[in-house]
Amino acid sequence: MAAKSWKEWEKPLLDLEDGIAKLREQVARMGKGERPDLERQIVEYEKTRDNYLEVMYSRLGPWEKVLVARAERRPYTLDYVGQIFRGFLELEGDRRGNADPAIVGGPAMLDDSPVMVLGHQKGRTVQERAFRNFGMAKPEGYRKAVRLMDLAERFRLPVITFVDTPAADPGVESESRGISEAIAASMLKMFELTVPVISVVIGEGGSGGAIGIACANRVLMQEHSIYSVIPPEGCAAILWRKPEMGPQAAAALRLTAQNALEFGVVDEVLPEPKGGAHREPGEAAETVKNAIVRHLSELRNKKPEELKSDRHEKFRKMGVFAEGAAQVAQELET
Amino acid sequence: MEAFLQCAGCKKILFALEFEQSFRVCPHCGHHHRLTAAQRVEITFDPGSFDERDTGLSSSNPLRFPEYQEKLESAVERTGLGDSVVSGFATLDGVPVSTAVADFAFMGGSMGSVTGEKIARTFERAVEINCPVIVFCASGGARMQEGLLSLMQMAKTTALVERTRSMRLPYIAVFTDPTMAGVLASFASVADVILAEPKALVGFAGARVSKQAQVARVPDDFQTAEFCRRSGMVDRIVPRRELRPTLASLVKMLSGGRDGG
Repeated sequence: MAAKSWKEWEKPLLDLEDGIAKLREQVARMGKGERPDLERQIVEYEKTRDNYLEVMYSRLGPWEKVLVARAERRPYTLDYVGQIFRGFLELEGDRRGNADPAIVGGPAMLDDSPVMVLGHQKGRTVQERAFRNFGMAKPEGYRKAVRLMDLAERFRLPVITFVDTPAADPGVESESRGISEAIAASMLKMFELTVPVISVVIGEGGSGGAIGIACANRVLMQEHSIYSVIPPEGCAAILWRKPEMGPQAAAALRLTAQNALEFGVVDEVLPEPKGGAHREPGEAAETVKNAIVRHLSELRNKKPEELKSDRHEKFRKMGVFAEGAAQVAQELET
Repeated sequence: MEAFLQCAGCKKILFALEFEQSFRVCPHCGHHHRLTAAQRVEITFDPGSFDERDTGLSSSNPLRFPEYQEKLESAVERTGLGDSVVSGFATLDGVPVSTAVADFAFMGGSMGSVTGEKIARTFERAVEINCPVIVFCASGGARMQEGLLSLMQMAKTTALVERTRSMRLPYIAVFTDPTMAGVLASFASVADVILAEPKALVGFAGARVSKQAQVARVPDDFQTAEFCRRSGMVDRIVPRRELRPTLASLVKMLSGGRDGG
């Protein structure tokens, strides 16, 4: 039986770590050298833990990737923004009558140059989650994104987006304010931009809500993040009327970073620290930053119109299909 | 063809011949029954003017998704179509247009690589010969069986809308029953003008999901063309009988502007 959550899946590991911590406490209370056997035991347990991590994370199946991508300890957009940029100034308004804390954005410094940062934001505590609506953006989130991309275009700031959302908000209010139009308009805006655009999928790349801010010149993806047209549980519910068949659907949907690379949907998979980004957030941020800097320096060599047409061409090629003889015959005829 | 059939709306018995002549709209309750792509082409464009393109395209099941191949084969057999849209050139009151027409009967009109490609080529052909675009939408959304590749069709088709816009070519979308999810949240919603057929289902999430997510009262006409019209997402609701003249006037007026008036 597959685990239902990251907590459940990682429980043996967490139990082991808990045990190690308790042993350490005990040793500390007794003073150094008093119980060498316990100290040796700690070293042994730590080795076991490291092996465990190595094994667990080097062979993550699609469903385990889903769990890790959704883990509440995983770094979120603002965690990365704090580590990668300096002087991030959040700008909040959509200028259309609403605010949306599920998408954050504003200018920030990447080393010595200003960029425009945008991303979905999830919450960790119960209150934060409610405030961020679980990272599910409403129309106003995408309209804010459009507005900030407009600023970026006018002031020639490269746009860096962080993708981490289960889906766009499906509620009645979002529907009545035009969530579909808001997502489409955000994509349309991305195809108008003549500045460099880089997107990084850092957790859940959830369907329309994700692609709404991910039409970039370069799309990068962390190795334990996912990118999917539909949540696996939703897919299982529709196809087999069994939402509990999420693990099977996760495999069928090919939603891992490695799959996305194979299909040419992402340009690079960014390695994560052993045991996932949440174990060494600093190291994970360093890797993401280096990749952004490297891709940006390549993109900066391109002319504005070239950046736009490259982006168009990149997405124009997406898709896999067969083109048969009937078409060729028809074209020869005409 | 049977001589009689039953209206899916009011359940009254209808004369098949009369029903076909009224474009499959119930004469009693006005229920707009779904059309096949061929029927839509026939009642919309000038007789014999439709020149179908992209007929050689077919899905190659890139994910090797379980049961997808069988579903595709049975859809092809049942509908006689290659995928969920037909695309090509036609004339409307003599005006050449590039068009794509969706058929819900083919896997719920869902958009995978082939449908996305046909929509993209529809816009490209318009740019090539400098003509307006008309797209008839009828879709449950992106096609799950092509996973991420289906999701990318949303971006691809929207990129082509941007290109068509920059060439100042009019693009009109018609939302027919149903226009949902990945199709609605991409090329469909960024048309220059959006028309909808009465009572067409139009929405982002499945109605069940939306209602679950909400504590507040849900309007009776939630996720219909009428609901979208009230919220400003649809420009006009046009009964089927008036669609052809409405489209023809729009196409003419939007392409007829001259600099300096």
